[in-house]
Amino acid sequence: MSKLVPVPSGSMVPERDAGKHPILECVDLGITFGGLKAVEDFNIMIGPTEISGLIGPNGAGKTTVFNLLTKVYQPTRGTILLDGRDTHGMNTMQVSRAGIARTFQNIRLFNNLSVEDNVKVAMDANMKYSMWSGIFRLPRYWQEERSARERALELLSLFSMEKLAGVKAGSLPYGAQRRLEIVRALATHPSLLLLDEPAAGMNPSETAELMENIRKVRDTLQIAILLIEHDMNLVMNICEGICVLNFGRIIAKGTPAEIQSNPAVIEAYLGKQG
Amino acid sequence: MKSKTALPGVPLMNKVTCVLVIAAYAVLQFMQTRGMLSASLRGMLVPICAYVVMAVSLNLTVGILGELSLGHAGFMSVGAFTGTAAAMALQDLIPLAPVRLALAMILAAAFAGAAGFLIGIPVLRLNGDYLAIVTLAFGEIIKAVVNNLYVGIDSAGIHMSLLNDNTHLLPGGKLLIQGPMGIGGIQKISTFTAGFVLVLLTLVIIFNLVSSRAGRAIMSIRDNRIAAESVGVNVVKYKMMAFVTSAAMAGAAGALFAMNYSTIVANKFDFNLSILVLVFVVLGGLGNLLGSVIAAAALTILPEALRQFYDYRMLVYAIVLILVMLITNSPAVKALYGRRFSGKEEA
Repeated sequence: MSKLVPVPSGSMVPERDAGKHPILECVDLGITFGGLKAVEDFNIMIGPTEISGLIGPNGAGKTTVFNLLTKVYQPTRGTILLDGRDTHGMNTMQVSRAGIARTFQNIRLFNNLSVEDNVKVAMDANMKYSMWSGIFRLPRYWQEERSARERALELLSLFSMEKLAGVKAGSLPYGAQRRLEIVRALATHPSLLLLDEPAAGMNPSETAELMENIRKVRDTLQIAILLIEHDMNLVMNICEGICVLNFGRIIAKGTPAEIQSNPAVIEAYLGKQG
Repeated sequence: MKSKTALPGVPLMNKVTCVLVIAAYAVLQFMQTRGMLSASLRGMLVPICAYVVMAVSLNLTVGILGELSLGHAGFMSVGAFTGTAAAMALQDLIPLAPVRLALAMILAAAFAGAAGFLIGIPVLRLNGDYLAIVTLAFGEIIKAVVNNLYVGIDSAGIHMSLLNDNTHLLPGGKLLIQGPMGIGGIQKISTFTAGFVLVLLTLVIIFNLVSSRAGRAIMSIRDNRIAAESVGVNVVKYKMMAFVTSAAMAGAAGALFAMNYSTIVANKFDFNLSILVLVFVVLGGLGNLLGSVIAAAALTILPEALRQFYDYRMLVYAIVLILVMLITNSPAVKALYGRRFSGKEEA
């Protein structure tokens, strides 16, 4: 049972971010559902502009980690430090306002709202005009709505979606819905973006485009990205650090090259050889 | 590219709704002054306005927030009794009836809004069916409380008692709310014009609310609560905002409604009324305010128009309801409607 030996929680921060404060640090994070330890001893450190990957077989606990980070589940033990700040006691909304944004494995858009409004909803936490300014259309309303619209279109243009601003989100094609979810997440001004299987259901050319987009987002917004993905081509190409999860525990951490040659990882994915 | 980003103008649907309401008022007012309306229809003008406001405000909770509320009549009741009591108490102070009515409606909205807030605290932490059941219970509680409430006013101030009349008013004082007898001797100061103003005001408030950040957040909760939380939307705050706004408007409608009659009792605002208003909303279409206006007006007139069918009146009413539901839900009609109005905005 060599794969269940805990891995020392060494840093996997790329050289560029070395010396800087990690944007995310998890210490001994864990959650138990009834008697089941879904995630255990999860230690990870992510640099402020790092693209990192979280991989592992189905049911390994990857999405559970995301749900712990965004407080959809409250961890039963361990600490999550976001930019050095303990997120203990925060709920999903507060974590989002503190700087963690996410997308969902099964797309969760506001289907009856327009593309533009989907993005604007995510800016709500940063908008200040009151209900009355909205009802009576006071100057604050026009001012903030105008800048919200500008920013929404700007973010949409990052993914070449500004032409779709008026379309209902629910009637977008699948690929565009995935992209919109990322744009919406970015509209919250995150410092860490969590992408849950962003390439699921995409064809190779769409995946290639997505890889470009993920890099572009990191480069333009200078944020950290943690992604869950089964497409090894994507993971190995854009991730600077990779963390492999199996049965709720980290079995390996390192650069793509290290992960590809790690025997524990190969065993977890392909079964014991020989 | 981003030099001139014009904000979208008023959606076409909102304009159409307001124009139709104004036109309907103009036509009916004209007919009324020319004596072209039957006595029964004339008597229904104010209740229609009140029901329209009820339907539009309930649509904010059910259609736009997406939470089923079965106690909307309770808020109407709170508004009816506080508004009417206030109007009676202020009778000598403010002789001008329209001003008194306006003040009564504002007070009614404030009290109903406060009731909505109190009920909202426990209720809005629940979702779906639970919320429906609890609002149903609250509607009944409000009815029971008002049925046992005695409020009087004299030179020493306002006196209140529950179950029995223990107000012990000084000579010259008057008992405003008399428990199960409700309020009697109301001055009928509600007018069609006042009702029209309230309808228009309600529509404008809800339209503007919906197309502001609050409306977007409220609809995002309806579409996907988990996603709304994940992008930092304060779900409890916005649910409360929608619920309280909806309750306050129902309160104003209650005051308008009550002061169209000489007496008003708590049993008038029962579960059946809540369901009736919900029928208006569902029939007019969830989230569709024009639909609510038309459904409320049509379904208030319909039972009267069906008088000639005597005993079969309610049967015909039910059949008409079913037919309208079937027709408005047919794909062909929906497609036509979608082409006309959805997403099209005038700059």
